[in-house]
Amino acid sequence: MPLSMIRTGYKHFILCALAWFSVNANAEQAIIAVASNFTQPMQQLKNTFEQSSEHNIKLSFASSGKLYAQITQGAPYAAFFSADQVKPISLEKLGLAVANTRFSYATGQLVLWSPQNNLSLTPAKLDLTSFNKIAIANPKLAPYGSAAVETLKSLQQYKFTKKNLVYAENIAQTYQYVFTQNAQIGFISASQLSQHKTGSYWLIPQTYHSPILQDAILLKSAQNNQAAIDFLQFIKSTNAKNIIHQFGYKTNGSL
Amino acid sequence: MLELNPADYSAIWLTLKLAAVVTLILLIIGTPLALWLATSRSKITPWIDALVALPLVLPPTVIGFYLLLAMGPNGPIGSISQWFGITSFAFSFTGLVIGSVFYSLPFVVQPIRNAIQAMGKRPLEVAATLGAGPIDRFCTIILPNAKPGFMTAAVLGFAHTIGEFGVILMIGGNIPDETRVVSVQIYDHVESLAYAQAHQLSAIMLVFSFFVLLLVYSLNTRSGKQARVF
Repeated sequence: MPLSMIRTGYKHFILCALAWFSVNANAEQAIIAVASNFTQPMQQLKNTFEQSSEHNIKLSFASSGKLYAQITQGAPYAAFFSADQVKPISLEKLGLAVANTRFSYATGQLVLWSPQNNLSLTPAKLDLTSFNKIAIANPKLAPYGSAAVETLKSLQQYKFTKKNLVYAENIAQTYQYVFTQNAQIGFISASQLSQHKTGSYWLIPQTYHSPILQDAILLKSAQNNQAAIDFLQFIKSTNAKNIIHQFGYKTNGSL
Repeated sequence: MLELNPADYSAIWLTLKLAAVVTLILLIIGTPLALWLATSRSKITPWIDALVALPLVLPPTVIGFYLLLAMGPNGPIGSISQWFGITSFAFSFTGLVIGSVFYSLPFVVQPIRNAIQAMGKRPLEVAATLGAGPIDRFCTIILPNAKPGFMTAAVLGFAHTIGEFGVILMIGGNIPDETRVVSVQIYDHVESLAYAQAHQLSAIMLVFSFFVLLLVYSLNTRSGKQARVF
């Protein structure tokens, strides 16, 4: 290879590198902590966001309780998408989050589900005592669980069904209990049902329980991180809300 | 100093009960299994060895997930339980016992197996030529000679069941007085941000685990030679 060609190649490389750096000069990276129940919509939200932005988003999924513990111990997260309101509010109070950045990004929808076909699950004909085991998410840990308990109380069946309740650590495990038929019926989220439309279900009206609000918040360590700020802004856009709806959640726009 | 609530005490009691039942069952089924593994030269021995050691390698979620499938009405354990009119062993104390027996099996079988192997076949052969039957040989030769192995097995089987978490979380259903053991109770405390309560129970577990291991190592040292645990 003649020397001149190598020189031109070298020049090209420098030019390309310069061009790449200038494009990415404003690009930042943000690690976002996300409650595991929101895994699938969040992956799609990230992809859509990155297509129209130069910023780079990394996702870290775990239960809200674990993420909360990590954040209080200085985990390098830029924002926190919790499965409830309690933990973001608590981070706000501890001064670990930026004030006035908290908002509800999704509202969960509760569903009573059994893999058995042709069951009549409307409240008029619903007799939960005929089921040996009823799976719900742990009401102490998961908002879907406390909504399930509220629903049972609204139906005036809590007293009779209490001894038949089995508690899963989260909504994913509640689904597992019912799917493997170790429990005959269970309270899961509409987002889970949207992926596996089998059996019988009753989409529980929001009047039976207080809303299952999931809050997001910007964390103090990332108050100047443009990637995180832009991403949170994107989550409030119509485009993002449409994606969230597709996965069986409601948003402010649809309430 | 300690401010445990009734639910904590109930979880501790349930855990001790589970560990005691599981240790007893494991000693009963683990002893003949260890004896066979230590003395047999069959071609299937390594296969059984590998099967027994599986819980050491597999993540508890795998074991828990398969147990959940097996206990369901379409699974092998579920079909048997339905025979007795029980839909599923999941979410019951019996279910926890089944899961724990499988999960703690290597911790009981391996120390007994190692102790018998360390003793060698010679004393058994001599006893046989002197006319001792199998039960006699077991009681007068194996039991006294492999005693440290049996004690290590019992302590480890008990302690490992106490510390079990992943499998129970998958098949337990977190029912107070029935399946909510200490490890699950700690998990509940941590997830619901009750860190002070989590600290209390965790500290008890930590101290308990340390003294159990101290006991195991003291037993091994006193028996003259360091009996291999694994």
